[in-house]
Amino acid sequence: MSRTLDHLMIAPVLLPLAAAAVMLLLDERRRVLKATINLASTLALVGIAIALMRMADGSPIAGATARVGAYPLGDWPTPFGIVMVVDRLSALMLLLTSVLASAALLYSLARWHRAGAYYHSLFQFLLMGLNGAFLTGDLFNLFVFFELLLAASYGLVLHGSNIARVKAGLHYIAINLAASMLFLIGVSLIYGVTGTLNMADLATRIPAIAPENRMLLEAGAAILGVAFLVKAGIWPLGFWLPRTYSAASAPVAALFAIMTKMGIYAVLRLWLLLFGAEAGASAGLGGDWLLIGGMATVAFGAIGMLAAQDTARLASYCVLVSSGTLLAAIGMDQVGITSGALFYLVNSTLVIGALFLLIELVERGREAGADMLAVTIEAFGDEDEAEEGEEVGFAIPATMAVLGLAFIACALGIAGLPPLPGFIAKFAMLTAALNPSALPGTGPVSAATWALLAMLLLSGLATLLAMTRTGIRVLWASADRAVPRVRAIEIAPVAVLLLLCLVLTVEGGMVMRYMQSTAQSLHAPHDYIRSVLSPAEPPGDPGEGGA
Amino acid sequence: MMEAILALGIGVLAGSGVWLLLRPRTFQVIVGLSLIAYAVNLFIFSMGGLRSGAPPILHARTAGDAAQYADPLPQALVLTAIVIGFATTALFLVVVLASRGLTGTDHVDGRERES
Repeated sequence: MSRTLDHLMIAPVLLPLAAAAVMLLLDERRRVLKATINLASTLALVGIAIALMRMADGSPIAGATARVGAYPLGDWPTPFGIVMVVDRLSALMLLLTSVLASAALLYSLARWHRAGAYYHSLFQFLLMGLNGAFLTGDLFNLFVFFELLLAASYGLVLHGSNIARVKAGLHYIAINLAASMLFLIGVSLIYGVTGTLNMADLATRIPAIAPENRMLLEAGAAILGVAFLVKAGIWPLGFWLPRTYSAASAPVAALFAIMTKMGIYAVLRLWLLLFGAEAGASAGLGGDWLLIGGMATVAFGAIGMLAAQDTARLASYCVLVSSGTLLAAIGMDQVGITSGALFYLVNSTLVIGALFLLIELVERGREAGADMLAVTIEAFGDEDEAEEGEEVGFAIPATMAVLGLAFIACALGIAGLPPLPGFIAKFAMLTAALNPSALPGTGPVSAATWALLAMLLLSGLATLLAMTRTGIRVLWASADRAVPRVRAIEIAPVAVLLLLCLVLTVEGGMVMRYMQSTAQSLHAPHDYIRSVLSPAEPPGDPGEGGA
Repeated sequence: MMEAILALGIGVLAGSGVWLLLRPRTFQVIVGLSLIAYAVNLFIFSMGGLRSGAPPILHARTAGDAAQYADPLPQALVLTAIVIGFATTALFLVVVLASRGLTGTDHVDGRERES
């Protein structure tokens, strides 16, 4: 039983790989079959992620304790081979990815998947890259998975290609290629100093680095950090983001909501693991930069939101605000704030994903943007064109009311107002920030805390203003607008994502407990390091040929 | 001497690459990215330590004496980095061609600057 579970750890990488490879071989016209394979694989990933999460958290029914699962590929002894690691954070991110992907996929089945070639394969390759990057315990392997997911994302950005997408895609690819180079420089510097690429091994070696080499190590780590922060869209490095995300097609943009979180995940994992409290002279390296950069990102995102002319751009700036908030919260380096931030991460990813999907529905009856879609469908979709007219039968009743309700829910979720879990997350962050040691009235509150508090509240206000204004303009102002034709399969994913957020609120206590244990193990990564370096089952030939 | 030449080579490649990357034509950007990739690959290679005449693969007679060998790991990393860099550059090239075809200009913004 436990052996099967162990092999389950590699399944989030292998399953999408197999699905994507099979779909590459199928003819492009067999859309139904491809869509079925894609959907089956994505839904299976949700199941796998839940199973892994129960494993990492210790399922209360079986009485098992929480454990960090390490999966050495090819059974090589750990510091020499590549290792996959499942802990609470990885499992959480896997689940988030698969849920968001299911929603985006379901939405795209209405019509977007017909707008270009290889959509389903690219979709699965992107999932493979994301899952691998969340699971890997090796720095260079992380690079490989990053490149995988980026390569797939280049294809998806251009999906249903038109001039705006190609222009935005050009910038997106150029900046990511440059960032990948920084990634390589950082990784090789770290390897040059420490002689290892295994993250857990690195964490044990960093405190013992000689002082004359420490500068080199810190330079390497900083360059690596810049590469991640480009992906997270931190302020001076995030100008590519609004343009790319607003140009991408709706399901792709929704899926990309997880991609900035990928950069944040890498910062969270590596920074707390390598430069936590026990890193000797390097402890807390660059924490202030995260805090300041995060706040600048939030400010930039909030101003951008208020100034945004169209709805897609508004949503892109929401992505920036959420990643800025997360970076600043991580930069505070406190367990309580980190657990709030994790909650915020889950909530904001789901809500922003829903918002990107919703926007396209709301905008549908409004402007000429749909023309582009029609052109691409003409180019790629042949026999299905005729169906378009008959699909009215699936349309949901009271379209505008449903769309409006969903829009309000998105606004509340992003701004962090009570019925949705954004509020709980922000409240948790602020509570932890104001009582660092969880005791009432211990010491004065630092300036950074006041800044964080102001940032959280003001960004919420700016979000609310911008969303309300856009909502009024889009949904109320033009009374004579044509009601968009929305099919149930398109609104269902939005509703599911928003309902999930509601579930997060209702089950808030349980979720918060999970986040707290996640944050605790992140800030004190002994279990992680021990499980990776000395797995429960001893390897067959310890130290074979070791240099 | 070897270190100085290699360092100069990496520096010149990276410097030229960055300059080209910041130019407004897509072709220059691609060449710039390629040059930076070469510089980075050399850099990774040099991180294993420079040693001439030392094989990276264990030999039957001298196995066990690490001083006789070059570090094989950076070489493996370089190979991976070269492959990935090549693939992504090729992909970028396709997008550049698409952009040229759709916008009718090879400017990175898809339109000439009005001057």
